[in-house]
Amino acid sequence: MTRAVSLRERLFALLFTLLCAVTALAIALPARADIQVNVNRGDVQPLPIAVPAFGGQQGADIAQVISANLQRSGLFRPLDPASFIEKDLTAAVQPRFADWKIINAQALVNGTITVEGGRLKVDFRLWDVFAEQQLLGLQFTSSPENWRRVAHKISDAVYERLTGEKGYFDTRVVFVAESGARGKVIKRLAIMDQDGANPSYLTPGDSIVMTPRFSSNSQEITYMSLRPDSSAIYLFNLESGRRESLGTFPGQVFAPRFSPDGGKVAFSVEKGGNSDIFVMNLSNHASSRLTSDPAIDTSPSFSPDGAQITFNSDRSGSPQIYVMSADGANPRRISFGTGRYTTPVWSPTGEFIAFTKQTGGEFHIGVMRPDGTDERLLTTSYLDEGPTWAPNGRVLMFSRETPGGPPKLWSVDVTGRILQPMPYPGAGSDPAWSPLLN
Amino acid sequence: MVRISSVVLRLAVIGVAAVSLAACAHKAKPLPTTAPPPAASQPSTPMPPSTPGPVTNQPTGPLPGSAQDFVVNVGDRVYFDTDAHDVRDDAKPLLDAQSAWLRRYPSVTVRIEGNCDERGTREYNLALGARRANSVRDYLVSHGVTAERIQTISFGKEQPIDTGSGEDAWQKNRNAHTAIVGGAR
Repeated sequence: MTRAVSLRERLFALLFTLLCAVTALAIALPARADIQVNVNRGDVQPLPIAVPAFGGQQGADIAQVISANLQRSGLFRPLDPASFIEKDLTAAVQPRFADWKIINAQALVNGTITVEGGRLKVDFRLWDVFAEQQLLGLQFTSSPENWRRVAHKISDAVYERLTGEKGYFDTRVVFVAESGARGKVIKRLAIMDQDGANPSYLTPGDSIVMTPRFSSNSQEITYMSLRPDSSAIYLFNLESGRRESLGTFPGQVFAPRFSPDGGKVAFSVEKGGNSDIFVMNLSNHASSRLTSDPAIDTSPSFSPDGAQITFNSDRSGSPQIYVMSADGANPRRISFGTGRYTTPVWSPTGEFIAFTKQTGGEFHIGVMRPDGTDERLLTTSYLDEGPTWAPNGRVLMFSRETPGGPPKLWSVDVTGRILQPMPYPGAGSDPAWSPLLN
Repeated sequence: MVRISSVVLRLAVIGVAAVSLAACAHKAKPLPTTAPPPAASQPSTPMPPSTPGPVTNQPTGPLPGSAQDFVVNVGDRVYFDTDAHDVRDDAKPLLDAQSAWLRRYPSVTVRIEGNCDERGTREYNLALGARRANSVRDYLVSHGVTAERIQTISFGKEQPIDTGSGEDAWQKNRNAHTAIVGGAR
């Protein structure tokens, strides 16, 4: 099968193929924009892309951050800068396409940085090398210390232009940083960029903190704090540092998660050993009960339209995934495979529910459709737990433990093919991916 | 894997046993008959020679009614089956002893902490630990301990007492711990 396709069509096809996980593209060396697309099994080739150092201050750093982002997506293969023939490109001049064709760069990202009045101005271009065509030309301005965010925004622009889907690089991850010996672990809320840069602590480690989650405005998180004499759910504003308790309840409260509009928090309240799901309206702190079942009901997660909630219950005798209306009506079980299902999380696009599954002594991160069909397990290990979605619904982050080892943050794409540790060297658990920053 | 770790564990246990044997052997050695030389910092004024007092054979166990008494002589932890919260038959004698002790010392208040092994996810384990804590609470209440003296909390899988990775460790970590929070001697 031979046809002419644009870069974007090719990447879209790549995404689609990954998504279907049925067939794969093997991309032969193209002549001009005519691309040989061989339908082949099990051979997905990421798109070769060249990201030479941008001209100007921190130009190499910015190019490096962009390359690393694109590489981690698994959809791109940044080429070794040592192979580049044309040097010192600027955004003002068209590149010498022949120099990039010869190293088989399908796409080229170049740019120029200038400093004006203490502000960083970054001009960049995205080129389809074989079509000899500019696909994108944008300019970003920021304070110089924000240069990494500029690199992330350029990465998002390139990703979106070439795949047709929103990027996820200008995002942050809140998680639980763990330190100390097993059994005496100190847990602190921490936040970092999605590429592991700029990590910082949000809490001092004086209580066990768990399960932080972002609000849709990305400036607020909710999390659980556990001490022997008191456990609570907190709202924490990242800008002001202000912390507010959700209130006092008859028993333990845990498993908080925001509604998509950020106006409510759903969570579990335990009383007399029985856990049920409640939802609180944050404008007036009025809460209402959504489940009243003698079984465990926990881990609520809203659908992106806010109309439904997926949750975890053992009302059938073992932990399984359920979906109900946001007012608690019409609960129905959606997981029926062998094993124990926990931590359901609705994808931001609405098309999947991710979960943790235990079967045969191992743990998996998996996805299924909200009606329970198309279950696919993406990972297998001694202990994988607690997936969180990138805002475009293509990548999941989770924590992975080896026997006796500390938990580490990992990511996997929704096809299960691109599995890798996050570029954060420390021990971490309970990651939560932010929406795209503004 | 499991086999290897249990061998290692066994070796470790043998190692511990050997160390304690050595410690016992050391203790059993006859004490030197001469008194140790006075430390350099001792005053130069000659002290009257200390005469060994009569050796009384008083029990040196923990003070009755103390938290230590509870831990040593009653037991503060009962164990559960995987993903279960029913009080096991083998836990009942210990909980009977706990309730008897708590009836004997009515000013004592306790917190029952439910714990889980690492073979579950965090939120589900918090809910499961709460069930375990409440199972023990209900048992003690049904055996005459007033409910007001008992609080419960779940630590989920956050507080393992055995940090190993294997069924032995997981079994130890599936427990309810009765912690004394007030009123003990």
